[in-house]
Amino acid sequence: MRVTFPHMGNLHISLKAMFQTLGVEVVVPPPCSKRTLSLGSKHGPEFACLPLKLNLGNFIEAYELGADTVVMAGGCGPCRFGYYAQIQQAILKDLGCALQFIVLEPPQRQITELLVKIKQLAGSRSWWKIIQALRFGYRKARLVDEIERVALRSRPREKIPGSTDAAYRQALDLIDCASSWEKLTAAQEKAKEIMDKVAVDFSRQVIKVGVVGEIYTLLEPFSNLYLERHLGGLGVEVHRSIYLSGWVNEHLFHGLAKGMGSGKEARSASYPYLRHFVGGHGQETIGNAVRYARSGYDGIIQVFPFTCMPEIVAESILPDVCKDFGVHYLTFIMDENTGEAGMVTRLEAFTDLLARKKEAKEALSS
Amino acid sequence: MIGYVGIDVGSVSTNLVFIDDGGIIREAIYLRTQGKPIETVQRGLKELDGKLPSGTKVQGVGTTGSGRHLTGVIIGADAVKNEITAHAVASSLLVPGLHSILEIGGQDSKIIILRNGVVSDFAMNTVCAAGTGSFLDQQAGRLGIPIEKFGEIALQSKSSVRIAGRCAVFAESDMIHKQQMGCGLPDILAGLCDALVRNYLNNVGKGKEILAPVVFQGGVAANAGMVKAFEKALKLPVQVPPYYDVMGAVGAALLSREAVARKGTSRFKGFGVADTDYQAGSFECSGCSNLCEVVEIAENDRIIARWGDRCSKWSNAIRPEEKIS
Repeated sequence: MRVTFPHMGNLHISLKAMFQTLGVEVVVPPPCSKRTLSLGSKHGPEFACLPLKLNLGNFIEAYELGADTVVMAGGCGPCRFGYYAQIQQAILKDLGCALQFIVLEPPQRQITELLVKIKQLAGSRSWWKIIQALRFGYRKARLVDEIERVALRSRPREKIPGSTDAAYRQALDLIDCASSWEKLTAAQEKAKEIMDKVAVDFSRQVIKVGVVGEIYTLLEPFSNLYLERHLGGLGVEVHRSIYLSGWVNEHLFHGLAKGMGSGKEARSASYPYLRHFVGGHGQETIGNAVRYARSGYDGIIQVFPFTCMPEIVAESILPDVCKDFGVHYLTFIMDENTGEAGMVTRLEAFTDLLARKKEAKEALSS
Repeated sequence: MIGYVGIDVGSVSTNLVFIDDGGIIREAIYLRTQGKPIETVQRGLKELDGKLPSGTKVQGVGTTGSGRHLTGVIIGADAVKNEITAHAVASSLLVPGLHSILEIGGQDSKIIILRNGVVSDFAMNTVCAAGTGSFLDQQAGRLGIPIEKFGEIALQSKSSVRIAGRCAVFAESDMIHKQQMGCGLPDILAGLCDALVRNYLNNVGKGKEILAPVVFQGGVAANAGMVKAFEKALKLPVQVPPYYDVMGAVGAALLSREAVARKGTSRFKGFGVADTDYQAGSFECSGCSNLCEVVEIAENDRIIARWGDRCSKWSNAIRPEEKIS
């Protein structure tokens, strides 16, 4: 069995580690590129959202590299994602790509439902081995997330443009290459050292922006036209509302690992603006916007793929939230377009506005 | 005479202005970009050079619009700024006490809300280009009327017909349907104006508080039918400032004045830029699977700028430009 999976930001680092520990052969699809997008939009249904198309492209490219099994998450509720595995499987079959699908549905009641699926992948390997693999993969996810957080803090303050990105790539590589628990501990220290070495100027005034929205477009930089990097370059410190490890913990492990930022807080913060689940991360988007506004962020940016229903619901509620708290927001809807000029213009104008507001506020309070 | 040049390179038009030291607009040129931004800027500069009295000294240059980075590199701009900031700067100078700016250009539309002379909120169209100048242009072309006559004809309407506004495709099929039913041209055009204003206020305005004084600018402000439709929808008087179609360029010129005052010198390469040979090209980098489209600008066969590479391998290979935008 040669297993592949869809790309979503740095998810591959964690999944690769997990499968390799299990002794399952892994084919990591090439990173999302224009080719991935072209393949996906050629073979995917026109009306589907960007994540379906990119993932379909990932699978085709992985198949070309010899993958024979796809592992992906399923889902339920009003977001179409729950149905994507079936659609993609049917499309790939028509294309003559013989790929078997193993769909990890979020457990409805308890974690054992998930473990059964995992057993299907692991074959005769012991439960002990499986748990080890899950722990190892999850640990990598948390380390990767931590590196991302540090990068978001240092990018707007870096003294040499581009130094954060270079360190970030190096640090991720170290985590990715560590093949055992002990080696990962060493890599963790080395990665921290590399990230700490980036020369930053903490006296610099930065604007703080919280990014909310649909998980895929938040986590996969190719799909959001490298939004976080552009913002960092404009001197904006970004806080992202969803991280991979938090999502995995909540949706697949049912909150087994305690003390992670949970969606529960976000959902309760969404009252009274949005009182119930609207699919995807719609409710979390509103809740996180409220939380950012309460914690004094200068602005909020929402990203989602074109036609994403839960986020469209959230988009229509955001103006009210922002009006009540006096913060500004900007929405980006991502689709096949790869021209970044329009986005950069809006981001520039948005940061100009936030910077002037901040200056005015500080002038008043001093 | 000494002064500043502002250049707004948009999708449809390229505008150049010359303002004197006191901020008075001395020359304004409106050209069609026609997909050739470099040539158009060169043509505009030549024209501007010819119009200005001899001995005029350009103290600084600013660029804005979607072609601002490209143009900035070519002419040596002192300020490279987005259109929102440029429009706000220009309008607040020309219309003191301004509260709302409605701007509709070729490919984009925006709303800027000002309070106490500073931008307090703005929005730009997101996924939809319905209701922008290009669509009006295309419809005028389809109906066989010159775009300059569009507003005049729309104003003759006694009762406008209902046209769907939220999508250009819906609008077009609605227009064709009403036209085949026998509705008059003025009524259809007035209906289209109403529809576009409705779409603008919903899609871009999104409940923002639009207070008087309101100015309407950008190329579409030339359309009297659109002005009337806005006044009807907002129940407020809508002013079209005298230089409504070159406001971005005015803003860029004003921003360059600020920038030059800050750093003392200008990077402007002179009007000779108009006769210099520039080539813009792009190639796909095969260094990694990102396959970035790298754009290269060459001046007399010497590469002066590159962009588009995510890893900065190509852009860093030439002298890093001072950050001006």
